[in-house]
Amino acid sequence: MKAVEVNDVSKRFGKVEALRSVSFEVERGELFGLIGPDGAGKTTLFRILATLLEADGGTALVDGMDVCRDYTSIRSRVGYMPGRFSLYQDLTVEENLAFFAALFGVDARDSYSLVAPVYRHIEPFAKRRAGRLSGGMKQKLALSCALIHRPSVLFLDEPTTGVDALSRGEFWDMLTDLKNSGISILVSTPYMDEASRCDRIALCNDGGILGTDSPVRILQRFDSPLYAARADDMFALLGAARKVRGVERCYPFGQSHHIVAGRDFSAEEFTRELSWLEGLCLEPVKPAIEDVFIKLMQK
Amino acid sequence: MMIVILIPIVLMVLFGFAISTEVNNIKVAVVAPHRTDMIREAVTRLERNEYFTFCGYVGEKEADMLLRSGRADAVVVFATDYDRRMMQASEGLPSPALIQLVLDASDVNTAGAAQAYLQGILLGSASAQDMFETRMLFNPRMKSAFNFVPGIMGFIFILVCAMMTSISIVREKETGTMEVLLVSPVRPRRIIIAKMIPYFVISCIVLVMILLLARYLLDVPMSGGVAGIFSLSLLYIILSLSLGLLVSAIARTQVAALLISAMVMMMPILMLSGLLFPLENLPAFFQVISCTVPARWYIDAMRKMMIQGVPLSEVWLDCLVLLGMTVLLLTVAFKRFNDKLE
Repeated sequence: MKAVEVNDVSKRFGKVEALRSVSFEVERGELFGLIGPDGAGKTTLFRILATLLEADGGTALVDGMDVCRDYTSIRSRVGYMPGRFSLYQDLTVEENLAFFAALFGVDARDSYSLVAPVYRHIEPFAKRRAGRLSGGMKQKLALSCALIHRPSVLFLDEPTTGVDALSRGEFWDMLTDLKNSGISILVSTPYMDEASRCDRIALCNDGGILGTDSPVRILQRFDSPLYAARADDMFALLGAARKVRGVERCYPFGQSHHIVAGRDFSAEEFTRELSWLEGLCLEPVKPAIEDVFIKLMQK
Repeated sequence: MMIVILIPIVLMVLFGFAISTEVNNIKVAVVAPHRTDMIREAVTRLERNEYFTFCGYVGEKEADMLLRSGRADAVVVFATDYDRRMMQASEGLPSPALIQLVLDASDVNTAGAAQAYLQGILLGSASAQDMFETRMLFNPRMKSAFNFVPGIMGFIFILVCAMMTSISIVREKETGTMEVLLVSPVRPRRIIIAKMIPYFVISCIVLVMILLLARYLLDVPMSGGVAGIFSLSLLYIILSLSLGLLVSAIARTQVAALLISAMVMMMPILMLSGLLFPLENLPAFFQVISCTVPARWYIDAMRKMMIQGVPLSEVWLDCLVLLGMTVLLLTVAFKRFNDKLE
């Protein structure tokens, strides 16, 4: 039995198609990432899986149970952490935890061993109101609350959005630990660099899934040579580079521009033709998830 | 948006045409032992007057019943030797207690106006005060508090129950906590009931406080039986709670909930429940609308029970209407309250 099975799920809000026949599966004990920009339909998908929304078409199973038919039993065995901080801001950290324990009818002390690795980080602030925690601590508290009833599947909607880089790293370490303790996790993120922390990822864009695979195999899908180009005048470089023979695509990528090379691309010819640009430098680079994303998006 | 545009129009129409503190349509019954020509003439004047509705000649016992049941607002009792003493009066001789006016003073405004109008019409400007013997029933000291207490109760419970409940539920939606509450084994029904309980308790405390204040500070008689007053108020509280629940099912934000509560619930209570303005003066159209305002029935029943001393069994119509409304609202509210987000 898979942890999550999504078959041809579609959902529209008026004229907007939020999801277009999305299908994927999450294996038991897997850390599965939905990677995609805002508006890709990730939150809608989470709400359907968390039984908060009904899909217009297709079927979705969580723990082998249908999200429409068996939603009451699903609700007691999944942990759901919405994208927006959704705890009681005017309750303290420990009150929130106690509240969610009561909500799920469990004793907070019984689940402490499972929650502890996460909760330990915020325990020093147990008496502080949840609304006054920092972004990273809020997410750790929310994760603790989502874990309190020992769920078999965790749904985490953009848990690292608005969290500083250090806390993000910590957060992913926790997710890996949780996965190793046997919990299946479906997590979404707009940060492509976090994709490598997942066992498998699905690249989502505009209500559809561009590709599903392990991060390494996703990267292998990028089969063209890739270069990074830099010059003093980056804007001029972008326009000029696109006109050079053999350049399939050129797009800004962090500090440099990434150039996808076609069959008749030659690095010498490129540097010669654009030698009028001061400080020009071109070097081959390994593709990142973004590059795959951009490539799949343009197909 | 609709509210912003509609409210001024509704207010203008209501205040301009519908609502007036002027007293209209006062129901008058006449007790006359001998229907002499002079009495007939006086009654004809009464009949022709647009402020009064003549309910016919009745016996004394019947008159009492009419007043008690609210089918008459005033009773005019002519003295047995009316004609003879009227003659004396026209010759300038004192003739006290020529006519007895018995008025239902549970609504102070109406009673006061009715008294003045009746004196003017029956004997004209020539009349002297002492020609009338006036009896104010139910509220002999013409205390306006008597009239006001039931109205305030009808208002407060809507305020506490409907508005607070709807806002507190919508707040959960707005902050997103409803999302996590729903994805838990707790049934949505239980969440709702849990949200309602505090306001139910508060309302009960408020009810006890109001009743104590009304009884011991304002001396409202409450002769209709405290148990009846209490149980009908509880029904009204439950009705208000379900109204709040319904609002929370419709509204998505706290502001919207507040607006809906204020405009859609407060306004009709203030304008169309008889709280501020007597309902009798409303045009037929608004009379019909006022029948859909729960507070109208509650306030009506409360006035009868608290001031006129009518027992619960005699306001069965109000009770029945309120009960029906409660059942309807609760059913709709629970149906509308989705256990999903949409």
